[in-house]
Formats: sequence, C-alpha cells, structure tokens
Amino acid sequence: MADSLPTLLLAEHDDASLNPVTARALTAAKALGAPVHMLVVGENARAAAEAAAKLDGVAEVLLADAPAYAHRLAEPVAALGVALAKEYGAVVAPSTAVWKSVMPRIAALLDVMQVSDVIAVVAPDIFDRPIYAGNAIQRVRATDGKKVLTIRTASFAATGEATGASSAPIRAVEPAGTAAGNAARSSFVGEDIAASARPELTAARIIVSGGRAVGSAENFHAVIEPLADALGAAVGASRAAVDAGYAPNDWQVGQTGKVVAPDLYIALGISGAIQHLAGMKDSKVIVAVNKDEEAPIFQVADFGIVGDLFEVVPALKTEIAKAKA
Amino acid sequence: MKILVPVKRVVDYNVKIRVKPDGSGVELANIKMSMNPFDEIAVEEALRLKEAGKASEVVAVSIGPAKTDETIRTALAMGADRGIWVKTDEAGIEPLTVAKLLKKVVEAEGPTLVILGKQAIDDDCNQTGQMLSALLGWPQATFASKVVLGDTGVEVTREIDGGLQTLRLDLPAVLTTDLRLNEPRYASLPNIMKAKKKPIDEKSPADLGVDLAPRLEILSTSEPAGRTAGIKVGSAAELVDHLKKAGVL
Repeated sequence: MADSLPTLLLAEHDDASLNPVTARALTAAKALGAPVHMLVVGENARAAAEAAAKLDGVAEVLLADAPAYAHRLAEPVAALGVALAKEYGAVVAPSTAVWKSVMPRIAALLDVMQVSDVIAVVAPDIFDRPIYAGNAIQRVRATDGKKVLTIRTASFAATGEATGASSAPIRAVEPAGTAAGNAARSSFVGEDIAASARPELTAARIIVSGGRAVGSAENFHAVIEPLADALGAAVGASRAAVDAGYAPNDWQVGQTGKVVAPDLYIALGISGAIQHLAGMKDSKVIVAVNKDEEAPIFQVADFGIVGDLFEVVPALKTEIAKAKA
Repeated sequence: MKILVPVKRVVDYNVKIRVKPDGSGVELANIKMSMNPFDEIAVEEALRLKEAGKASEVVAVSIGPAKTDETIRTALAMGADRGIWVKTDEAGIEPLTVAKLLKKVVEAEGPTLVILGKQAIDDDCNQTGQMLSALLGWPQATFASKVVLGDTGVEVTREIDGGLQTLRLDLPAVLTTDLRLNEPRYASLPNIMKAKKKPIDEKSPADLGVDLAPRLEILSTSEPAGRTAGIKVGSAAELVDHLKKAGVL
C-alpha cells in the first residue's frame, strides 16, 4: 500500500534560508499521517537543509546539492523528484512559483493527477481545493496510488521547531535523472529580484495593500509604503494597480497573483473585485478604506472607513505611532 | 514554423458563479462562456510572432463537448489559421488527460512552440503546460511576461516570486503565459466573418488513443466559508482602538 510509505515534502528556500511557507506546507504534509522527509534541492543549500532539519516532525532531510540545481529549473528538479518518488507515498510542495512549475512535471511523469492548491487534508486521499477563484470549494478523492499535492500555504498554520536541541539527520542525495537530457535544454540567463527589507507577502503577519485609487507609483511610495513600514508590514496591490504600473507584478494579491492570509490585511483604495477577494479573504482581520461606501470590499471587511485614503492613511500612521509609543 | 495554441472554453471572467444547492457542482446552464483569458494572451502572443515573420502558422486546439468549437472560432477570428477540436462528451477533462491528448496532437502537427495559458480560471489547476512539456520531454518556461524567439532557441522572461527570471530554452519548447505578456486584440467583424470559413478538424479521444477516465473523484462542491461585513468606523483613532482589541496590532 502506498499509504504506508513516507511523505516527501519539497522545501521552498533560497539556499541560504528556508522560506517560512515551508513550515506551513509541513503542517499539511504531516496531516497525511505518514513520516515526513524533506527534500532541499539547490546549490550550496546546506544552510537551508539545516533549518529544515530543526522543524518538528521532519524525520529526515534529503539534500540534493549540485550546480545543476542552481535556480531550481523545472526540468532537472522534476527529474530528481521522479527518481526519489519511488520511495514515497506522496510528494508535497508549497504552491510557490518554483513548485507550481515543477510539480505538474513530476505528476505527469509518474502518471498521477496532481491536486493543486490543497486548503484542507480531509483524509490521506481526500482533499479540499478552491476552484473559480475560491468562489467554490471542491472536495476530491485522489484515486492514484501515489499523491502529488501542492499546498496553499495560507490555509495552514506553520509547524514550529522541534523542542530541545534535536535535529533530523541530513542525507546527501546524488543528482538524478539528468541522463534524460532535459536539463541542458533550458538554461538560466538572469534574474531581477527586488531587494526588500520588508517581510515577504506570503509570510507577512500584516499586509498593507493599495488599489487603483492610489493613483501613481509615487503615491505608493509616499503613502502606502510608509504605513507598511510603520507596521512592519508587507506591501500588496490589486491587479488594477499593477496593470496601471503603480506597483510591481509580484505585489499582486488575487486569483492569479499571491494568495495571502495575514493576521491583518489593510486594503486602501481597493474596490474588491472577486479575483482580489480570492487572494485575501482568509485574512484574520480585514480593514478597508474606500471613498465609495458601496465598494464590495466592505462586504468582507471587519472594519471599514468610508473616506479618502490620502486623508485616512496619514492619520492612521499617526495613531499607530501613538499606540506603539 | 508552426505554433500550437491550446484554448479552453470556461465560464466568462465576469460571471459570478453559483454552487448548485445539492453540492453536485457549479451552475453552468445558461451561463456566458468565453475563452480562458490566459489562453487569449497565448493566442495573441502566437499571432504577434507570426506577424513579426517568426512563425508561419498558428493552430488553435481545444478539447471539450458541443459548442467548444465556438471558442476555437474565437481564436480563428483573432487570426489563428485553423483549428483542431478534440470532441468529448463531457467538459471538465482533467489536466493530465488534456496533456496526453495534446501530446498526440503535437506529435501529429509538429509545432516548434506550444503556447498555453498558465491556468484556466475555472479549475485554477495551473498544470497542463507543465505536464505537456514533461510528457514531450521538451523544455518549459511558465508564467511568461516576455518572449524573444530566435532561430534555435527562445528567451523567456518569467514572473516568479519576488521578481523576474529569464531562461533560454532550446526549441521545440512549451511556454505558459502570465497576465502581462500582452493585451489580446478584439476580433474585428470582418475577421469574425472570415473565421467562419477557416477549417476546424474534428478528432475523437479514441482517434488519439487516450483514456479519459478521471483520476480525481469529485465528492462535493460547496460554497466557501462566508465572511460577513463588519462595522464602519468614523476615524483612524477609532480604527486603531478596534485593531488593538482584536489583538492584531
């Protein structure tokens, strides 16, 4: 039976450190009921593997450390995943850009239908997942012997570190599957990653998000970002704001952008299209500031202020400073 | 050089879907259907490559039941040269099966590029392009925001977490489109008329030798947990008080 086999969780990391979404995906992986092994794949990724080994409930960390895995290109990483999958009943990863690209390859090569964006593990073979931008929830039974799952990490709490000084063993695994020849057919040219001192959107406890009403990139910088920094928050944006060029693409919250569930989500000048709500409606507390009192965002907001964000935000920043003093 | 563009017929982007009261699925009767928006972007990108003289033919393919040909016609009206319709009895064919069917179409057609939308806005799976690429053993670039096609390779800028990444792929290759790759054109009336005369080749899954049996058993479809509107507050000071009480500041 496949379900007596352990679960392989694929870690999201940048070689130097483990991304916090990994600890959330671990919670989902543990819910399958089998021992969890974690794969850390990259180049010079031992630091990330050591962080993974400290998490509670990780039985073993597999470290695939090779130049072929720099930048985690989909073809070689999927080949490795397929080679390792023989020993596992389920292969699980957080729904990040890297794993969204890799996991369906692994699933196809194993002839398994993947379950994308799992929001609840009902049983080891039964999962809930959102469809239609989260406007409906589908409960599915995966009938393939092996399970391939991506996890919507906003729906799971993070697993903490194990108590005491105990760490799971780290085992080096050899590169696999490059003989298939895929690896050499795609190559890394470059990347442009914005350096930011702010927390990452998908891991932030507080998010301050701006919409079209912010009006310009300058206003994002002058109005939205200072409030975020006063709160130690990440900055998000609606699709309209990104389309208008006010905010970079990777700030987009929504169906086709990032799905977030922070403790506090502050929506400024965002009307609340269903595609945006799909990306943030699981936040614990939602605050909306909008001039239009009929804006749909108020239907999901716990606290709303009908008003001009350019007046409300500076006042809010002052009140927050007072509250923190 | 030929470009194959798979397109999917989905509930229109602007329709607010309703879950059937008996939990058996989503209400689809008398609902406006359209081409998946990401697939429109894929068609547009293929057409631009053709207009730039880098491709000679754009072939749109779709898999689905009656009326799926309307979606293929939309691609033809945008400017695709011809269509292929893999006709099924039911909608909702799983991505793994779609990828297997598309692999057969690719083997018959021999395109140099396959451009797909990154996800369909109905099942939100985000799988088909990657699965097709893996089954073909071709390189892939998902979430494309810029495509530069050369003679032997394609350079693709991708939207990844935190920014952009550029990859170079050997050809043939599979690409999936992100939102901001281009702005798809509207079909003009003359082009809609012309599209009616363009050929659509019908095939059956049996012709292609692919079993359609689903691997995921849908047990139920339900409304998401609702959120109720909270309260309006009059000032920033009042808001901060509430947030402190809620324990989120």
